[in-house]
Amino acid sequence: MSDLTRKTAAELAGLVASGEASAVEVARAHLERVAAVDGQVHAFLHVDEEAVLAQARAVDERRAAGERLGPLAGVPIAHKDVFTTADMPTTAGSKILEGWRPPYDATVTARLRAAGLVILGKANMDEFAMGSSTENSAFGPSRNPWDLTRVPGGSSGGSSAAVAAYEAPLATGTDTGGSIRQPAAVTGIVGVKPTYGGSSRYGVIAFASSLDTPGPFARTVLDAALLHEAFSGHDPMDSTSIDAPVPPVVEAARRADVAGLRVGVVKELAGDGYQPGVLARYREAVELLESLGAKVVEVSCPHFGYALPAYYLIAPSECSSNLARFDAMRYGLRVGDDGTRSAEEVMALTRAQGFGAEVKRRIMLGTYALSSGYYDAYYGKAQQVRTLIKRDFEAAFEQVDVLVSPTTPTTAFPIGERADDPMAMYLADLCTIPANLAGVPAISVPCGLAEPDAAGGEGGGLPVGLQVMAPVLADDRVYRVGAAVEKALEDRWGGPLLAKAPELAEAAQ
Amino acid sequence: MSTLALMDYDEAVSRYEPVLGVETHIELGTASKMFCGCATTFGAPPNTQVCPVCLGLPGALPVANRAAIEGIIKIGLALNCEIAEWCRFARKNYFYPDMPKNYQISQYDEPLCVDGHLDVEVDGETYRIGIERVHMEEDTGKSMHVGGATGRIQGADHSLVDYNRAGIPLVEIVTKPITGTGDKAPLVARAYATELRELVRALGVSDVRMEQGSMRCDVNVSLMPRGSSQWGTRTETKNVNSLRSVERAVRHEIERQAAVLASGGAVVQETRHFHEDSGTTTAGRSKEEAQDYRYFPEPDLVPMAPSREWVEELRASLPELPAARRRRVQREWNLSDLELRDVVNAGALDLIESTVKAGASPAAARKWWMNELSRRATEQGVELADLPVTPEQVARVQEMVDAGELNDKLARQVFEGVLAGEGDPDQVVAARGLKIVSDDGELAAIVDQAIADNPDVADKVRGGKVAAAGALVGAVMRATGGKADAARARQLILEKLGAS
Repeated sequence: MSDLTRKTAAELAGLVASGEASAVEVARAHLERVAAVDGQVHAFLHVDEEAVLAQARAVDERRAAGERLGPLAGVPIAHKDVFTTADMPTTAGSKILEGWRPPYDATVTARLRAAGLVILGKANMDEFAMGSSTENSAFGPSRNPWDLTRVPGGSSGGSSAAVAAYEAPLATGTDTGGSIRQPAAVTGIVGVKPTYGGSSRYGVIAFASSLDTPGPFARTVLDAALLHEAFSGHDPMDSTSIDAPVPPVVEAARRADVAGLRVGVVKELAGDGYQPGVLARYREAVELLESLGAKVVEVSCPHFGYALPAYYLIAPSECSSNLARFDAMRYGLRVGDDGTRSAEEVMALTRAQGFGAEVKRRIMLGTYALSSGYYDAYYGKAQQVRTLIKRDFEAAFEQVDVLVSPTTPTTAFPIGERADDPMAMYLADLCTIPANLAGVPAISVPCGLAEPDAAGGEGGGLPVGLQVMAPVLADDRVYRVGAAVEKALEDRWGGPLLAKAPELAEAAQ
Repeated sequence: MSTLALMDYDEAVSRYEPVLGVETHIELGTASKMFCGCATTFGAPPNTQVCPVCLGLPGALPVANRAAIEGIIKIGLALNCEIAEWCRFARKNYFYPDMPKNYQISQYDEPLCVDGHLDVEVDGETYRIGIERVHMEEDTGKSMHVGGATGRIQGADHSLVDYNRAGIPLVEIVTKPITGTGDKAPLVARAYATELRELVRALGVSDVRMEQGSMRCDVNVSLMPRGSSQWGTRTETKNVNSLRSVERAVRHEIERQAAVLASGGAVVQETRHFHEDSGTTTAGRSKEEAQDYRYFPEPDLVPMAPSREWVEELRASLPELPAARRRRVQREWNLSDLELRDVVNAGALDLIESTVKAGASPAAARKWWMNELSRRATEQGVELADLPVTPEQVARVQEMVDAGELNDKLARQVFEGVLAGEGDPDQVVAARGLKIVSDDGELAAIVDQAIADNPDVADKVRGGKVAAAGALVGAVMRATGGKADAARARQLILEKLGAS
């Protein structure tokens, strides 16, 4: 049998369902790959081989008992460490939660289990999902399989790295300002932020409640759609979850055609500050859509320019409140409790040592923005901007069916390059943030490699992502367009983009 | 601590006009908590009614309890409030170990119910108390400070936290400033708390037990010199855990603030703590160190938007409210204002009404509850409603009295038996042999004996001194252990002595 780790999730599920491969074999192949390359990639924070094999055995037993398995049963998945798992530690990439074992499963976790997916382990991430590189993880950065000196994006960078390095065919992520799409783009894979409320936040350690959206990573659009369908849909445990059927994403991914579809090119999401190599691939992708029968028009979304500043008031404000619970009283790290200090002192010491610099920066920003006397000028104003951005989307979607832009202004940057420059880091989410503020669904699909000798020379030969955005609950459209682009480009390239990635050296086992 | 300077109350209210405000927290009696499915039973072992949601574990999310929202809307409607068509929860951010998330889900600038009123009566005069707002929030856990002398955090060795209470639905009712009450201020505050408690109890949405903390009052008091319209600086007194304490706390603050002002000092805007034992208040947190709660709309919950149909349905479902009920009862039972007030103050209204429903006349029902049973409740130091006797049993005793099977004295013995746990009235009558002796043959023999034993008295009666027959009746009653039908005995005596 050819290498199981190179197969798509749909193929693996087919092999398991037909009995050509057991779930245990599939799991073992991926565990071996993890053992061989994760020393370099560092996609995982936690892998428990025995637990993985036990899950796989359970799937094989269900099949042996004649049970009809779901379309992803037996497929391994890397699970972002922001989702609670009752059988594994959950840290959200933070020292303050090191070793914490939640007493309950997140809804997404529970649905993965119910669908027979085999959770390989917990994927690395920027601490509390704050960052675009995984450099903010308290447990060290993950590395981009295309170039191990570069970041795999973030905050769901462990997830993107695991999928791009063939350690797992699928991964979960959460997208608050681009934390699925940006890492997907810079590692040459597919990542989707569903409609806000389309996937449950119950058991997702909150960063910014009004923005956080769980979503899938995969190497193909169809795989992403299968995973999307497996864990999405209404959850009574999450008040903000939408009580509506999951949009027909799998059907849309299979349909993969854009004939007659009206595609809007967002005028404001290109130009200065974008890497020429990125813009070149993006323009080709737009031309490709036109050649496939889409009607392409330019659309202006005049308030998108204010999205980034609004986001950096709203998200920190919510996080300053969400992260207040980490106080050493009930769980997690506790510092300085020597019998002489008050609860308040222990709280302060614990938070000082337990949180990283970026988390503290955002807690301070948010605390300030919500303070009496500043609320109206900061949080209040940002909410008004948010309304204007929603209206930009509404106006645009009266003209077009989907909007497109580059996913991120640059290709993967070197580890360390932006670590001391938060503003530069924040710019990585320039194109992805508007969709979060409006709650609309968006996908990132690979659209080629930036030229090695592009002007500026930096970041050449690395993947570029195309972002496709659609109206609320029209998630199927982003899959439809994403799949059409994928198909046309793979025909052109003679295979997936990821095939062009350099092979990682496998460590001797 | 320095000696507390107080001004004589009468002098204080002659020089200053008090302005009051009352904030009341009421725990709703829903089966489950505000944002999760945990039980709300009072007194369960610590931390047994908790889950990821009410413990605020990472990742857990709140889901609003519809029954609680129904409860607060009922309260809002009963307080004549407007019910918002759309409003949001808000987070109130502050750090305290008994608050699992270090923020409380509450409401801020968009309360669910606004602008109502509640009429209360003091000494025959009606005061309309304006209601500023009624909003929904969650309760916190409870801290227990171990090792100190006071049970407060100062001086404690360590603290324990019980999160059973965390997340219990809490309704906060805030009055508008209450002015023009003069020397009646403490009584008005008490009457308001009493009426509010009655109202909420009638709605059936809370057991409103102040001693268990399911109703808690904070009273705000400020003084302004008579003739002034410039309100003074107010204090907010917490830990006011009984209706009597509401009155005492207001009274004490008036005396204390008056002394401060009269000596040229300034009242400090602060939170004060009421002490049940001494009836005094001491300074707590000063408003100068007031926290910035950084309120913002709760992003984990969708807005509350009760449909007008639902609100009207709830309005139509409201039970008869206490004020209307009192008016009806006063009419139906033909009570004076004073009699009604006594009944209400004794907490006997429900009991009497149930007794009437079970067949007794209003007068008889009121007589038993307000006299004999009230006396016994006082003796035992319990609330009237907590006596182990039911309105049905009271009605049954009265039924036997009406049938001539018991007289008042025997009836009291029956109650004694019932209260002592000897069974229901019929069982007590049977076991104690309390049935009245009204059989003429049996009674005639006892009468004859009484006449024979008291020849002097008998002669007086024969001689026309009918009033002297009382002594013979007394003898008959003694002989029967009080079980004779006294009226019939008297009749027989007079017949036999030819005096009738």
